[in-house]
Amino acid sequence: MTSETQPKPETQPSPETQPSKGTIRVLQLYPKEMNIYGDWGNALVLQQRIKWHGYTPELLEYNVGDEFPEDIDIVVGGGGQDSGQLVIQDDLQAQAPHLRRMADDGAPMLVICGLYQLFGKFFKTSTGPVIPGIGILDVETHGTDERLIGNVIMKSTEFGDILGYENHSGQTTLGPGVEPLGTVTKGAGNNSKDGHEGARYNNVVASYLHGSLLPKNPAIADFLIRTAAERKFGSFVPGEPDDDFARLAREHAARRPR
Amino acid sequence: MLSFSVPLGKLVRRLSRLRGGGSAFPGLVVEKIAPGFMQRTLASLPHGVAVVSGTNGKTTTTKMVVELLESQGLKVFTNRSGSNFTRGVAASLLGDVDWRGRLDADIAVLELDEAHAVHFVNKVQPRYSLLLNVLRDQLDRFGEIDKTARLLEHIASKTTDTVVLNREDPRVARIATVVNSLDAVHHPAIRYFGLDESLRSTFPNDDEMRTGSGPSPSGTSVAAAPGEAVDLPAADVVLRRVGAQDADFEFDGETVSTAMKLRGVYNIFNAAAALSLTRAILGTGPVDTPKLVKALGEVAPAFGRGESLTVDGQPLELVLVKNPSGFRLGLKSFPAGGYATMIAINDNYADGRDMSWLWDVEFDSLRENGVEVLTGVRAYDMALRLQYDDVRFGVVEPDITAALRTFIDGSRGKPKRVFCTYTSMLAIRRELAKITIVEVVS
Ligand SMILES: [Zn+2]
Repeated sequence: MTSETQPKPETQPSPETQPSKGTIRVLQLYPKEMNIYGDWGNALVLQQRIKWHGYTPELLEYNVGDEFPEDIDIVVGGGGQDSGQLVIQDDLQAQAPHLRRMADDGAPMLVICGLYQLFGKFFKTSTGPVIPGIGILDVETHGTDERLIGNVIMKSTEFGDILGYENHSGQTTLGPGVEPLGTVTKGAGNNSKDGHEGARYNNVVASYLHGSLLPKNPAIADFLIRTAAERKFGSFVPGEPDDDFARLAREHAARRPR
Repeated sequence: MLSFSVPLGKLVRRLSRLRGGGSAFPGLVVEKIAPGFMQRTLASLPHGVAVVSGTNGKTTTTKMVVELLESQGLKVFTNRSGSNFTRGVAASLLGDVDWRGRLDADIAVLELDEAHAVHFVNKVQPRYSLLLNVLRDQLDRFGEIDKTARLLEHIASKTTDTVVLNREDPRVARIATVVNSLDAVHHPAIRYFGLDESLRSTFPNDDEMRTGSGPSPSGTSVAAAPGEAVDLPAADVVLRRVGAQDADFEFDGETVSTAMKLRGVYNIFNAAAALSLTRAILGTGPVDTPKLVKALGEVAPAFGRGESLTVDGQPLELVLVKNPSGFRLGLKSFPAGGYATMIAINDNYADGRDMSWLWDVEFDSLRENGVEVLTGVRAYDMALRLQYDDVRFGVVEPDITAALRTFIDGSRGKPKRVFCTYTSMLAIRRELAKITIVEVVS
């Protein structure tokens, strides 16, 4: 063993032993089409951490053609192949006014990779066609022949170091309506030029990083949960999730080559 | 030219073996000094070349095809050393040709990695190809699975006689459309291998990997709406049933039962693939079916693919896991009950650097028994993954040598199982070779 202190594996505090602080409803956007690269991990982390903070999670799915559920507290969406983006395109446009209202109103959302691109203004593919986005984020994406692949570390004033893995050929540039999520210290980020990664608008967090993003970046998961609780119940009373393994996984991941 | 270059290449091969060097270097040398050596040698084979490609199960399937063909009296050349790229094939050839550059074989059966296969088939057109599956594997190398499917399409389009396709994998089955659109002269025949309906639920499909209801059958094509019946083409060989130590295959309108040494339903499904390719190669010639079935039953798994070693008088099974579907199938095929479990996760180039795939596997099946030891470069990523699936685990030790010792000492008298990525498996085999008999992989 190295100098790391090895935490004792313990089970998390059981939610059944205490009364729930309330229900938080998490909606997964298009899990059927946009689920590549471990996107399920982000939904699972939200579900578990909501429980570990003493609240009751309710995980819902929205797929093409479904009725959009009411009273959603957190929205999470993932990446997909180009073909998946084509399938959801029209449906996403139909839901756009609804999602935009939620985002403007301060609902916490996490969108990764493919849905990050489609939450922007447009994605101009390398072969020509332009896929319209829903314009919640002031960003635009241009398809390239260059694939940005590898481990990423970025600095964020809000969340500290953020670690993950990127794999995308679309390159995104930010407009004045958004802030970057962070500045990369390893890897490419939004594009091969400006060193920015991801985007922030209100309580929307957008990023190219999977890995999955939330397990090794519990600060972002807790931001989404805290925001949801504060909006719904007026305050957030955190629990004490055990993040020793997240810390160790981060330390080891940070040492890996690109 | 050939008369000098082949002896030289063979010499280089011997020397680089003595140095313990890589297997591809001699292939590079002979390619440089005798361009076309590989093409000429392979072109001289009476039954030509068969290529096996796809994400999962190439090694075991290739091994099966070789043994099935040998049961029918054919002499088979294959790239056994796992050098599944063009120079690796050239290097393997150097080991098998005589000093005049002649290869004493009827056919070459080659395992080729998807990306390398594309280069290979541009140089050597295969007479047969077997395309197993397109799953999420090493996306950091190939980008997207749709792209991987296009690599396989290219292999199919270069095949001259018969393309054997997995009808259960929508991305592979769809390759038939591409093959059929080729001009009639270059149009290879298509054969399918398939699964009985009752077995489809054991094969989750990547596209429906994670929906609320859990993994769904791969028999439903991505294009079909849920619940919609899909018309599958008739298959040459169908896996009908998998028992504890036997299986039923259907071909030529008859169902044949045989004992199986292979474990794991996905290995046995690949046996159907191997049978179908073998039948295509044997063509209209005489087939000794009893011998064929006997050979199928006797195929032992390739190293690390459900291979069983003996440690302290107890079995220790190595299950190679390279991608989410492989890991899920591994967990399903090898139930945890009664076993001590270790998981070894590396993220070296050959494993794939992207760890996101661990989040596409559900570990519920390990919840009841827990996991004794987690190891590998990304042991803590695995620990975090299990924590979120409420699976108990004991020691987390990134160092594989130390972890293996802890695992063996801590689970004496108990059968053991290790789920491991490619490079961690190599490390574990190296360690195990010090304490038990491990088949040497040349
Ligand atoms: Zn991505």
